[in-house]
Parts: sequence; C-alpha cells; structure tokens
Amino acid sequence: MAHYEASIRRPLVTGDKTYSDVTRDIAAPVEGVANKQWWIVFTIALIAFLYGLGCITYTISTGIGVWGLNKTIGWAWDITNFVWWVGIGHAGTLISAVLLLFRQKWRMAINRSAEAMTIFSVIQAGLFPIIHMGRPWLAYWVLPIPNQFGSLWVNFNSPLLWDVFAISTYLSVSLVFWWTGLLPDFAMIRDRAITPFNKKIYGILSFGWSGRAKDWQRFEEVSLVLAGLATPLVLSVHTIVSFDFATSVIPGWHTTIFPPYFVAGAIFSGFAMVNTLLIIMRKVCHLENYITIQHIELMNIVIMITGSIVGVAYITELFVAWYSGVEYEQYAFLNRATGPYWWAYWSMMTCNVFSPQFMWFKKLRTSIMFSFFISIVVNIGMWFERFVIIVTSLHRDYLPSSWTMFSPTFVDIGIFIGTIGFFFVLFLLYSRTFPVIAQAEVKSILKVSGSKYKTLRENKMTSNAGASSGDPIAHPSE
Amino acid sequence: MATTKKYWKSTAQLDDSNEIVKNLEQNEFASPIPSDEFLGNDEAMESSSTSRRDFLKYVGFSTAAASLAACEGPVIYSVPYVNQPEQIIPGMANYYATTIANGYDFASILVKTREGRPIKVESNRDAMYRGHANARVHASVLSLYDNNRLKTPMIKGVESNWEDFDKQVADQLSLLNGKELVVLSQTFASPSMNKIFSQLKTKYSNVRVVTYDAVGEDAALAAFEARYGSRALADYDFTEAETIVSIGADFVGDWQGGGFDNGYAKSRVPKNGKMSQHIQYEANLTLSGSNADRRYPVTPTEQKNVIAALYSKIVGGGANVSLSDKVAKSVEQTAISLKRAGSKAVVLCGVPDQAAHQLTIAINEALRSTIVDTDSPIMTRQGSRNSVSALVKNMSAGKVGAIFIAGVDPVYSYDDSDAFAKALEKVSLRVSFASSMNATAVKCNYVATTPHFLESWGDTEIKKGHVYLTQPTINPIFKTRQLQDTLLKWSGSSQSFKDFLKETSTAAGSSWNQSLQDGFYKTSVVVNGAEEDVEREVISNSAALSAMASAKKPSGYELTLYTKTGLGDGTMANNPWLQELPDPITRTTWDNYVTISQADAEKVGVINENVANGALDGTYVTVTLDGLQRKLPALIQPGQAAGTIGIALGYGQTAAIQEEMQTGVNAYPFYKNGVAVQTVSVKDAGGTHEFACTQLQNTMMGRDIIRETDLETYRTGNKDNFNPMPEVSLNHVETPVTSPDVDLWESFDRSVGHHFNMSIDLNACTGCGACVVACHAENNVPVVGKTEVRKSRDMHWLRIDRYYSSTDSFEDDEAKKDGFDGLFGDNGSLGGFGELEIPADNPQVAFQPVMCQHCNHAPCETVCPVAASSHGRQGQNHMAYNRCVGTRYCANNCPYKVRRFNWFLYNGNDEFDYHMNNDLGRMVINPDVTVRSRGVMEKCSLCMQMTQMTILEAKKDGRMIKDGEFATACSNACSSGAITFGDINDKESEIFKVKQQDRMYHLLEEVGTEPNVMYQVKVRNV
Repeated sequence: MAHYEASIRRPLVTGDKTYSDVTRDIAAPVEGVANKQWWIVFTIALIAFLYGLGCITYTISTGIGVWGLNKTIGWAWDITNFVWWVGIGHAGTLISAVLLLFRQKWRMAINRSAEAMTIFSVIQAGLFPIIHMGRPWLAYWVLPIPNQFGSLWVNFNSPLLWDVFAISTYLSVSLVFWWTGLLPDFAMIRDRAITPFNKKIYGILSFGWSGRAKDWQRFEEVSLVLAGLATPLVLSVHTIVSFDFATSVIPGWHTTIFPPYFVAGAIFSGFAMVNTLLIIMRKVCHLENYITIQHIELMNIVIMITGSIVGVAYITELFVAWYSGVEYEQYAFLNRATGPYWWAYWSMMTCNVFSPQFMWFKKLRTSIMFSFFISIVVNIGMWFERFVIIVTSLHRDYLPSSWTMFSPTFVDIGIFIGTIGFFFVLFLLYSRTFPVIAQAEVKSILKVSGSKYKTLRENKMTSNAGASSGDPIAHPSE
Repeated sequence: MATTKKYWKSTAQLDDSNEIVKNLEQNEFASPIPSDEFLGNDEAMESSSTSRRDFLKYVGFSTAAASLAACEGPVIYSVPYVNQPEQIIPGMANYYATTIANGYDFASILVKTREGRPIKVESNRDAMYRGHANARVHASVLSLYDNNRLKTPMIKGVESNWEDFDKQVADQLSLLNGKELVVLSQTFASPSMNKIFSQLKTKYSNVRVVTYDAVGEDAALAAFEARYGSRALADYDFTEAETIVSIGADFVGDWQGGGFDNGYAKSRVPKNGKMSQHIQYEANLTLSGSNADRRYPVTPTEQKNVIAALYSKIVGGGANVSLSDKVAKSVEQTAISLKRAGSKAVVLCGVPDQAAHQLTIAINEALRSTIVDTDSPIMTRQGSRNSVSALVKNMSAGKVGAIFIAGVDPVYSYDDSDAFAKALEKVSLRVSFASSMNATAVKCNYVATTPHFLESWGDTEIKKGHVYLTQPTINPIFKTRQLQDTLLKWSGSSQSFKDFLKETSTAAGSSWNQSLQDGFYKTSVVVNGAEEDVEREVISNSAALSAMASAKKPSGYELTLYTKTGLGDGTMANNPWLQELPDPITRTTWDNYVTISQADAEKVGVINENVANGALDGTYVTVTLDGLQRKLPALIQPGQAAGTIGIALGYGQTAAIQEEMQTGVNAYPFYKNGVAVQTVSVKDAGGTHEFACTQLQNTMMGRDIIRETDLETYRTGNKDNFNPMPEVSLNHVETPVTSPDVDLWESFDRSVGHHFNMSIDLNACTGCGACVVACHAENNVPVVGKTEVRKSRDMHWLRIDRYYSSTDSFEDDEAKKDGFDGLFGDNGSLGGFGELEIPADNPQVAFQPVMCQHCNHAPCETVCPVAASSHGRQGQNHMAYNRCVGTRYCANNCPYKVRRFNWFLYNGNDEFDYHMNNDLGRMVINPDVTVRSRGVMEKCSLCMQMTQMTILEAKKDGRMIKDGEFATACSNACSSGAITFGDINDKESEIFKVKQQDRMYHLLEEVGTEPNVMYQVKVRNV
C-alpha cells in the first residue's frame, strides 16, 4: 500500500510522526483536561447561545413582529442566516466526499472537523426555516406525513418544500458519513480509555468496532458508497436553496445562474469557515504537524478559485440584467450597486471578489495570520451576499408604492449571534470529546506522505532486516 | 286541576294504621346513624391508621381534584331567543335605510345589521342626492361601539339617572329669571328639530338658537344669501359638465360638505370621445387638484386675483389684475375653455371671502351654468361665526342663564377656545348633549348623554325639498336619550320623538313606512324655526371685483387650513379605522402636519428623510399667528404653492380620546373667525418627528404601472397608441405576453360556472378612500397603530397608491427613462433613476387602488409549501388561514405586494388596544369573516363571503343571478363607480363589457400572472 510518492511533494504529516505519535496526539485533547482558554471561549459561546435562545423564545411567544420585517420585506436576516449557514455546511461534504472520490489525500487531516462543522452549521441553518414561520408549532405541516386533515397534502411545487427534503437528506447523509469515519477513531479512544465510564461511552459510540479485516473492508466500502451519495448532495443542496429565489418572479431573484453561483459561493464560504476553525484548532490542540501550512494553502487556493467563480457570477448577473432588456431587472441591479443598500453590495464585492485575489501571492496564501483574516472577511462577505440578494431585491421590486427598507431589531441580531454561539458550543464540545482528526485515515498515508518516512525513503536506507520485516522504511537495518 | 291521585308502593301502604309503614315514613334511616359509636370509641379512634397528616392529605387531594375538575376553558353562554324576533334570522343580514347627520357629514345610507348588531354602512343608491357614504361615514359604525362613550347621563361629572337629571335641570330652568336660554348646536337642517325649537321657544320666553359649524362656510353662505335670499349652499351636479374650474375648492374632497364626487366621476369617464376638463387653482395639493387635468399652484391671494381676472374676462368689469405670466396665460385659456363649454361650464370657489363667492356666482350666472342648482340648495351648513362670537360676548356679560350645547365641541374647535371656556363658566346651567366626555362636556355641569346616530331617530333636509330620515338600527346600548326626546320633554311635551317625527313627516305629505324604507321623502313643506338673525354684509359686485383684483400678497406664509379625508372636522377622532386610513395625498396616517413646498422647506430648513427602516422623519416647525404658536412637524408636499403652507384641522383632541388616538396638533386656534386662510410665520423648531406613511416612494420611476393617455390620443381609437400589449421576444419575434406560445402554464377551462373579475377605472377613481374603510369593516382587517404603520406593517387589504410625476407629467417620466443612454453622463441611468425618485414641484398625480389581483397564474400559489394559498374555481386566489404556517414566501413572491402578515396577535391583545381588544368594539366584527390569528398571511378575497351569499340566495330561490348582484365591499363603497365587479362568464354583464374596452389593461401584464383584476387606462383632458 505504501506506494511511491514523488519527493517533490511536500509531506502531509510533518514532525517525524510515528503511528503511536499520531494516536497520542489525536487522543490528547480527548484524554486531557480542558484549559482555561477553552473554558473562556466555551463560556462566551454558551452565553451567546443562551441569549439567542432567549430571543427565539421571545419571537415564538410574541410573534415575528419582533423582527424588523415588514409588508414588503418578508425575509431578511432569517433567510440570510439560513443560506449562510447552509453554505458554510458545504465544505465538509465536499472535503470528505468529493475529495475522497478524487483521492486527494490532504483531505484526511481536515475532513473530520470540516464535516463536524457541516453538521453543526446545518443544525443552525435548519433552525431558521422553523423559527421564521409565523406559527412554528405547525412546522410539521411541511412534512408529507399522513394526516387527519382529509386530503391536505404538501405543495410539491414549492421550493420551500424541496428545501425541507434537501436539508434533511443532507443532514442525515452527512451525519452517517461522519459517524462512519469516526468508528475506528472512537474505537481507538475506547481502547485507550482508563475509566470504565469513558470505555462504556466510547464503546457505544464506536458501535462495537473490532478492527478486524472485515470491519475495515466494510468501512472502506461504506465510505465509498456514502461518498458517492454525498457528492451529488454537495451540488443539489445549494442548488435547491437557490431555487427558493430562482423560481420566483422577483427581479434579482428570478435568475437562472443561481444554482452554480450558489454552489460555488457555498464552497467558498465553507472553505473559509474551515480555515477559520482549523487555524485556531491546530494551534490550540497542537496539531500543526497534521494540519500544515500546505493544507491551509490548498484551501486558500480553493477559496481563490471559488471566489473568482462567484465574482464571475456577480458580473454575469449584471450583464444579463443589461442584456435582458427587462427594466425591472435592470433597475434591481442598478439599485443593488447604487441604491440605499450600496454599502451592502460593495461590502460583498470587496469581501468576496477582491479579497480572495490576494491568494494569488504565495507569500500571502501561506501566511497563517493572513489566511485567518481573509477567511473571516470571506465569511462576512458571504453573509452580505445573501443579505444583498434577499433584502435589496425585495425592498424595491415592481411597484414603487411598496418600496421600503429593512432595519434589524435586537432580536434579529440576537438570534444570529445565538446561532454563532450554538455553533461554537457544539464545536468546542466536539473538539474535546471527538477525535478531531481522522487518525485511522492519517495513519494510512503516514508511510507515503509522513515526513519521517519520506525522509527515510529519500535517504534510500534499505536493508535485509528491513526487507524481512516487510517494511524496509520503518525498520531500516542498523 | 289539582290531582287527588295517590301512588302506593305496596298493599300494606293502603292500610293507614299499619305501624310498620308509619315508622318507615317517619324514619328516613332504618337504623340510627352510628356517629356516637364511631366517634365515641376512643380506642378505635386511636388505633386508626388514619393520622391527622393522612387526613390533611386526603383533604388536599380532594380539594386539588375538585379544583382540577373545575378547570375548563371559559364558558360564554349564548342565550337563544325565547321568542325569535320576526325580522331576525341568525346568519342573515338586515338592511335599514338611515341618515348620518353629525354636523359635518350628511348622507343617506343603508346599515347592515347582523343578529341585531349594525356592522357595516353601505351607500343608499336609491337616494337621488347624497346617497353615497364617504370614508368617514363608512367608519361611523365603529364609533357606535366606542368604548369611550358615556353610558349614563352625567351630573357634575358623576354618573346619574334620567329622573334626577330631568328634575335638576327643570329646577334650574325655572330659575332663569329672564336670562337667555341658548341652544348652541350643529347644523341640523331638520324640520322636526325646527319644530322642537319652536316648542322650546313657546315654553321658555327667551330662547335663542345659535348654529355653529366647526368647519364653517360663512363666506359662501353669505354670498348665496345675498344673491338668492336663503342661507344655504348651491348644489352642483357635474355629470354633464364639460369644463370645471375650481379656485381653491376641494370639491372632490369635503368642500361644502362634499358629495360631489359621484357626478364628477361620471363626467370624467370618456364617452363618445368626450369627457370633462378640470382646471384647478389651489395652494394645498388636494384630491381635486390631484384629479385635475391642469393644476396651477397659486397662493390664496393669487386665487382672489384669478377670480377677479376670470370675472373680468367672462362677466366684464375690466379689472386690472396683476398676475404672473404663467397664471395670466392659464387664466386666458381657462376663460376660453369656460366660454366654449357655456352652460356646461362651472366655476367653483373655495376662497373664504364673501366677495370671491359673489363673483363666482356672477360668473356662473353669466355662463348660464346648468351645473349649478340654486333652486334646491344644500342645507347642511348653516353655522354663523358672528352669532357664536356674539354668544361668547353675551355669555361673558352674564346675559345667558342656560346653554344647551348639542353636537358641537366648541371648547375644542372654537378658535379662541379659552375665551369660550371662560365665558361658558359664567353660565349657571350648562347642559352638554354629547355622547362622550368631550372638551365641552367636561366644562358643563350636566351632560345629557346622547346615543349614536345608529340608535336614534331623526330627519334632515340635506337638500331643500329632500328630507332624509334617520332610524335606529339597534336599541340604545347605554342609558342614553337623544337630544330631541330630551328637548321635547323639557318643553313640556309627553310625545316621544319617534311619534313627533312621524307626525312631522306625515304632515309634509309623505308615507311614513315608505319613506322609512327608502330613507327619505320629498316635500315642498318648509318648516322654519331655527332661523336666527345673522348680520348680513352687502357688497356690490364691483366692490367685490376691486377687492379681489387688488388683493396683495402678505409678507408671511399663507396658511390654508383644510380637513383630511380621515378625520374631517375631528368629530370621529376616536375611531381607529379613520386614524389608520392613509391620507390620500400624503399617505400619512395617525397625524397632521404642516405641508410645505420644497422651495420653502429649504428656506425654513425643513428636512424630510427616510431612516434605516425606510420610515419618514420630518423636522418640526413653529407656526406663529399673532403670537399664537404651535409646534408641528413639517412634511414636504409636492404641488404645494410656494409661499403657502397647509395644516389639517380635526387633530390634537385629548378629551374622551383614547391615548393612542390623541394624535397630531389642534389647528383650530389658527382658524380665526372661521376663516380658513391666515397669514402666519414659519420657523424651524428643531427636533425630528416620526411620521407613519404607508407609501415611502412617491414617484412611478417611469414605469408602466398607471397607464395613461391624453384625450387626443384616446380619440384616435387606436389601442396600440395608448394601451399597447406588452410583448416578449420568442425566437426573435415580438409576441404578446398573453399569447399561449409564451406561456409555460396549462390553462384550465374557466368558462364553466362563475368567474369573477374586477375592473377599476382609473379615470373615475378620485382616491377618496371610502373603499379602504369599507374593506376594513367588511373583512375585520385589524388596526395596527402608528408605530407599526411606521414599520411598514399596515394591514390594509386594499390600498390606494398615489404617484407623483417626477417631471411635468408621467408621460415625460417615461420618456426620460426610455431616453437613458448608458450608465453615466447627463442621460445616464445612474443619475437618471435618482432624479426620477424625486417628485416635481407641481407634479401630475395619479391614484391606483391595488388589492390582491387574483392572478390565474399566481406566483404566491406555487411557492406555499403547505398549499395554504390556492386557486378557486371562480377565479379567486384563496387564502386558507387555518392552513397557513406563515413562511411569508407568498408575500415575497407577490409582484403587487398585496399580502399582509399578522406580525402579532392583533385581537384581544393589550399591545393593540383598539376595537378588537374590548367586548364593545368587537361587536362590529363581521361574523362572516374569520378574525385572523397571529402568524398567518391574509389578503383580499374579493369578498368571497359576499359572492357566496349571493350564489346561495339565488340557489335557494332557484333562479339565475342577475348582473349587478355580485358585489364586493369596495365596489359597493365606490361612489364614483370606478370599481366594477361581476362574473365574466355572464356575457351580458357590465364586467364583461368593460373587459372588452380598449382602455382595459392588467397591472404588470408582462410578468404573466394573468390577473382577474383589471384597470382602465386613465385619460387626461389636457
């Protein structure tokens, strides 16, 4: 299995790690005790989450009127946040499924956390379609379940219904895929556990993984099948989310370019979020040897490319508006760029189109601080993109008599902050209880791409002893 | 019949002497209750395992169980009729003809009652004159259920009863000692009231009746009286008019009591290539100016000059009038237009000056105008300021011993209200006849609580020879007694007013039952009684001419006081429907303000700007008149003549007004001597006022929304010239958007059954807002209050969009937009669209009522995840409130933005303390329409409850439905006939005919929604 890898390729695992190093490093956060910083960050996240929960309770008990919406602008922060979180959720599946199919081994260091991020952000996203309803206690009505209301059924024409299917499918497939990958790693922690409680818990979580060859074979098969299932989802989920807008009649929404544009944007924002999270995590959890500069650089390249695709989409929209000859369409785009919400449009443009272009410079894309900064900027930009699409299209549509504007209330802001808090609460808990790197997978490339083995191989140190052990690199003759 | 039967249980009972039976009958229990045995047995008691704690547990449990069993939802007992009233069938509405005559609004109406509750006002179309209800009259039914109404008569602010009240007042009246008894009242124009006054005069020697109109017409009355000898106002029927020239008269609005819009609208709809031409000279932008073909913003002084110039040109007299070139030229054209139309022309005057009115009368006479009716004038304004000021003097001098104040609130509405209040204190017996504790009632020691007009009898001679009857539609809700009954009693009559009224009507030669059913009768009998001596000023026409010609512009700002469509003179200020009704021009709710032109705004430093949520903010200004200062917000009003400002009367009331409804600033103090034009100074007062406007973008941006053309183009008859069908490119061929080739949808067969369509004639629509209130009432639309309206959350299902042109005309706007070339530069769209957002200084104005368009290809229907919005067989777009989960996707996807969301619970919620939050107010709710809960979407249903009722009625009768039977609340309310509703599958119907008209178009046809609501192109006779 240890096939040859060109020496020009940089090692994916640095720091001369051995198999046991990998095990120890990755089990360390789980087995160790949380430090002060973790508690501080966790407390902040928890407070934000609870505040958001308070705002949600207030909304549900009083009415959607506590938000800043009005008769013209029926969606604003709610659906902006929804699309933003769904978009962020895209990187995980792309990394774990698409890159698996394309045999990109660098994914192994980041796929676990990326997919955790996916699941946590899809949970945030899923909140919004429910709480944005006027009567959320009836949210189950959007499910096609047999009911006592006679022949009442859901409306299969509605893109919102498609969303229900898309998001729930995505969440379940992602969860299964993630958990499958986690099984050998949970088993590793189980086997290392010293307290019966931990042993019990991780025993349950690892579904009785035994490490037999049959387990591994099934594991590989299931991974591949799930990757095959998840790959179309990467494209379909955000395509369907974009249908919420694309199938409507509102100028600025009614755009056929939306599906690819949304998918590119989603990957763009997802990778940015992965960068944000992992740059911190590699430091805090001492995983610099696994999540290397090379990983960050590769993700930066993805950000740069998808950012440029998004940029092309923005410009295409403007072109099509002009070319269509439809006056409402033309005005919608003119108004986006120069109307009362020009600042949102140009924030979006700056953050999403201009800022990723810095990644053309190797010095910048290999700078950790700069990558972190850009990843934040991109996330802000992508939030604005959704805000621009939703609010600036709605606030001035066909009849000027209905034109108005939107301004958020503390509840709008509180719920958004709350979901960020919720997300980090989940992620921080995850980082202390889950193996944050797919160690079983990393081990599988250790010999090929690990720096230690690469160096050894390059020094061409071979011996009979090594040959007899079947592993001339690991056990070179003295 | 008493029964002697005896029942026995066994044969032994038959034997009376049987001991056992006797014993058994006397002892209920066969053996004695062993309580002693039980309680006396200490041993057993002590050994019992039931401890005191256990006992408490059992008690606790049983109490809890009992109270739990008592926990049920609140039970409301509906008491069924023991004897069902003959007329009332549950679920069926009854209609009664009656008349509103509150001193400001006079109209013959039909009142819809359900289970004995009046719930809706409709126009009385059988009435020849004044049979149309305006917005306020439509809303008056809600005032019946006003929680702030007085419930009993009041003596010195304490609730009382009528016996004590009558006794005390009678005692006081006997102590008059020759002092005057004054009745200060609204204009009643009532024959029976006149008779009652006569009776009162016989009983008490020194009686004086003073008539007071809060918003008076002294100048017009004086001029009419000088010329025709009676204190009345000329009537106008514009149906046949060809040229209408109005100088400062808002006759489409409430000028001289209003009610002219019906005939006016008829003259505005082009027939055989002809329609009337309307030229308006005015200072404030009014409904009339908005509807005019040509409008000239001129100051009130210039209006006088214009009258003088017109008089010179038509009657002669050769006055030397100095007018600006533009106005002079317009006057020349106007004169030509008037002469050409001859007897079909009319000049109207709104200048509060007797001389101006005299000249106008002379002009109309010179034209031999058939539009003016002076033989049978309007009687609804008879107030005299001079008499009122004389009264104030008399009261101060202590000459008045008793005053009855009826239907008016001078402490609020008199210009020098402090003086009035002070003078009033000097009168020992002050009786207010009011239905609420208004500002005047507070100052009176007796309040003879009067019922609402829907609980009263009455008659009103609205137009000479035409008497309209008022009949109660409900038993008095509170312990009230109407003015007439009280006065009859106090003048020693034992007759009830109903009988008295019947007698009066019969004496006038009418059939009581028939006139009561019709709501009116015609008569030639004149009943005098209320006439008072009013000082008459006599001016010769030549003197009038020179006065008008030489009128010079004063140094300050010329203030024109006006009344708003919503509140009128303020009588119904405590009515949330009216407060929330957007002003047709500014589309501002819950407020009055200073209207000021852009140029003056810049001079004074007034800024209007939209804040982050789009809402409008305005600077405060101080308006000063002879030391009297008031701080009001200023609203920049396109079309306002430079050098003038406008303020609406009727606001700023606080007495007996719920806090939420205490809006605006009282402008009556500026209404010096009842003259609506004053010279004031205006200064920036700093601070920002928050307006609540329902429309924040005022121009049409050159879009094809209200289609219009000029009469010339319309006459060509070529539809493509004035009403082209929008086209899309299909394989590079321009194809009409209605072509099935460009339609993605499969159409259903809609030719079976009914298919409802509605047409709105933009030529006939004057923007009066009656339909908006009618829709409110019919459909239980909630009132949301000022702060929510400011957040753009008004709930009106039907709104009347008002657009200003950005250039001189809408046509130029469109040409400007089409002429954009590139993004930048003089012709660039970037700057160009910005310019199009700003209304012109004297813009063209257009109104467009917009409700749900009931699209056959409805964008809202496809997007609802739960199918709460779906299409009906009869063309309506349904909204199933029960099914709605409230995603608001439908509202977002509606190109017309007509869907309204229940952001909060609007009924039974203290946060929205309007009529739906109290039991009395809820009585107005239409039982046929669901009251929506929070979190659901709502919108116009084309009054489906009404069409269904019509269908069911016809089905019950086994007959076909005739054209005209189908109606909606708005089509019924539309006095100008702008709204036509019906079934297009009936090929004989009116709606089918108007659908075939050349002027028919659909709003945003190019979106492909195929609406069932259509519009008729507006034609301007420029």
